Amino acid sequence: MSFTQILFYFFSIVLVISATGVITARNPVYSALWLVLSFFNSAIIWMLMEAEFLAIVLVLVYVGAVMVLFLFVVMMLDIKVEELRAGITKYAWLGLPVALVVIGEIGSVVWVKSSGSAPLGLSSVASPAAYALDYSNTKALGQLLYTEYLYPLQLAASILLIAIVVAIVLTMRKRPGQKLQDISAQVAVKASDRVRIVKVAAVQPDADQQVEGQS
Amino acid sequence: MITLQDVLLLSGVLFSLSVAGIFLNRKNVILLLMCIELMLLAVNFNFVAFSRQLGDLHGQIFVFFILTVAAAESAIGLAILVVLFRQRKSINVEQLDTMKG
Repeated sequence: MSFTQILFYFFSIVLVISATGVITARNPVYSALWLVLSFFNSAIIWMLMEAEFLAIVLVLVYVGAVMVLFLFVVMMLDIKVEELRAGITKYAWLGLPVALVVIGEIGSVVWVKSSGSAPLGLSSVASPAAYALDYSNTKALGQLLYTEYLYPLQLAASILLIAIVVAIVLTMRKRPGQKLQDISAQVAVKASDRVRIVKVAAVQPDADQQVEGQS
Repeated sequence: MITLQDVLLLSGVLFSLSVAGIFLNRKNVILLLMCIELMLLAVNFNFVAFSRQLGDLHGQIFVFFILTVAAAESAIGLAILVVLFRQRKSINVEQLDTMKG
């Protein structure tokens, strides 16, 4: 077992534990913090799988932005945790078997059917060799993203812009007594309403005063 | 080296944990959103694993777009949640039965 494999198993175990923490934590704040831990572990595993750019993006975007947003919302809302946790095990008899069946099915596909002489067995597929030391994942991804995927990239950018606008529009509320701009009044204003031009006759200063000023 | 089977199994376990989380925390909208994030993470694991196995970077591009859309989704979802809480003073899913016939 190589060192990479040991690291992979270690971080996988931490990831599964933290995912369990997400779904069982008593307080939504703890759930969010467990989710932060699981994102960090996923980033590490992706880095072990030589997807460095996505690992960094996961930390920056998810931990840095999305989870902070979650934490803000959780702390801002006055949630009655007890009421929400009442009857949490009511459907556990359904949920846990479903989860176990899904794990069993995936395990059977991955392990049982791939052993032996099955033609499509996963164990017959060799792991790819590691990339060369001067290989840059970010550079390769950037070359794809800005040539072949240029239009999808623009589309993703506009989706993000729309998300920003929608989030602001949804959560903004009008309170009485708020100081706001009236944009139509601002646009409709005429120059003659704001500026008054006053003619002032030029004044010649006295000669005495000029001398005084110079001395 | 990390084998494909291990990663697939890990992502399957993550996915089914988040499915179980949706069953368990079915009253709390915030927890439901978090479980959806966890599901998307499990799916992304598959994309990254196959991208590495096949030596094809298009899978990682797909993960990039999934991350973008998931970020937009959670931002809008949380905004809707805040509006909902302002209206109903609660985020209990069971109380959202206005459209029930």
